[in-house]
Amino acid sequence: MSPAAEALERRAVVRTLLAGREDLAVVTGLGSPSYDTVAAGDHDLNYYLWGAMGSAATVGLGLAIAQPRRPVLVITGDGEQLMGLGALATIAVQRPANLTIAVLDNERYAETGMQRSHTGAGVRIDQVAAACGFAWTAEVRESAGVDQLRARLTAFTGPNLAVCKVEPTDLPRVLPPIDAVYLKHRLRLALGFPPR
Amino acid sequence: MSTPETDWPDALFSSLLEAGIGTVAYVPDAGHARVIALAHEAESITAVPLTTEEEGIGYLAGAWLGGLKGVLLMQSSGVGNCINTLALAAQARFPLLMLVTMRGEWAELNPWQNPAGGAAEESLRLMGVRTWRAERADEVEPLVSGALAMTFAGDMSGAVLLGQRLIGRKLW
Repeated sequence: MSPAAEALERRAVVRTLLAGREDLAVVTGLGSPSYDTVAAGDHDLNYYLWGAMGSAATVGLGLAIAQPRRPVLVITGDGEQLMGLGALATIAVQRPANLTIAVLDNERYAETGMQRSHTGAGVRIDQVAAACGFAWTAEVRESAGVDQLRARLTAFTGPNLAVCKVEPTDLPRVLPPIDAVYLKHRLRLALGFPPR
Repeated sequence: MSTPETDWPDALFSSLLEAGIGTVAYVPDAGHARVIALAHEAESITAVPLTTEEEGIGYLAGAWLGGLKGVLLMQSSGVGNCINTLALAAQARFPLLMLVTMRGEWAELNPWQNPAGGAAEESLRLMGVRTWRAERADEVEPLVSGALAMTFAGDMSGAVLLGQRLIGRKLW
């Protein structure tokens, strides 16, 4: 099924997930998911990746294990998560109850010219996560599903992974801060660690 | 009977505990078998098996963001898997210490190990990772404890290479 059949508006998905976020920490994969996240409002508890493709989920895993009483959300894209499919197995073995991964799946590599990704050919990342042993997985095509995903973020019954099928739009970029050291210190200070 | 030649993994693990390491991420290697077993036994350590080595770089970055110190264990054949992901540690100056058991550098009977074994240290240096090399059992603990001190005090990437002569011949 192509996303044109029924698909979500990606920035609306992220706005819904981050509304009233309180102590939620967020890690984003490079490209559009980072732009979507900063478009919903920059935050001290956001860590944006600009590279290291495939690493968003593992960074989220580390943060979730280090901060087990804090909900952690990874917002990434289908191409980024496809580069880190093995990480889903690693996460499932650790079973972090506070970790949720939201894959914004436009079935495209938007950053490089909208080439089709494997998900457009039928690969189901949510079913990969389910087979690995994630506690809850879903493919979401309607706003009601986004609301259900939002409720999962703070339920501490994860790990969760939802593939949110989104329209293959090429929206204006909203760029997050690019200095990774600044982002690191900003997040650690927000968690209460002393300055280095 | 234990000797310095066989005790180095225990000394290495003690260095990790003394440095406050709370998590050990690894892809298994026979040379790391003792340390991996100790990591799984220790209550203060979260042991995280990986499917591929570069997962450990992201994982340890996230752990550090959340206040948890860790190290990454791998065999030299895994260094190449890490190359692009090392940008994360370099760009954000995350403290990263990799403990790399060497293959393909001495008495190696599987020639498929030789290309990566020969290129591992130079590859790490090309990516800005400081390296130290232990060839004898009595060198391991001081090098690892010193590397832990430097990488975490300096927010830098480092690797201690544990030489194949130290690990011993793999018999086929």
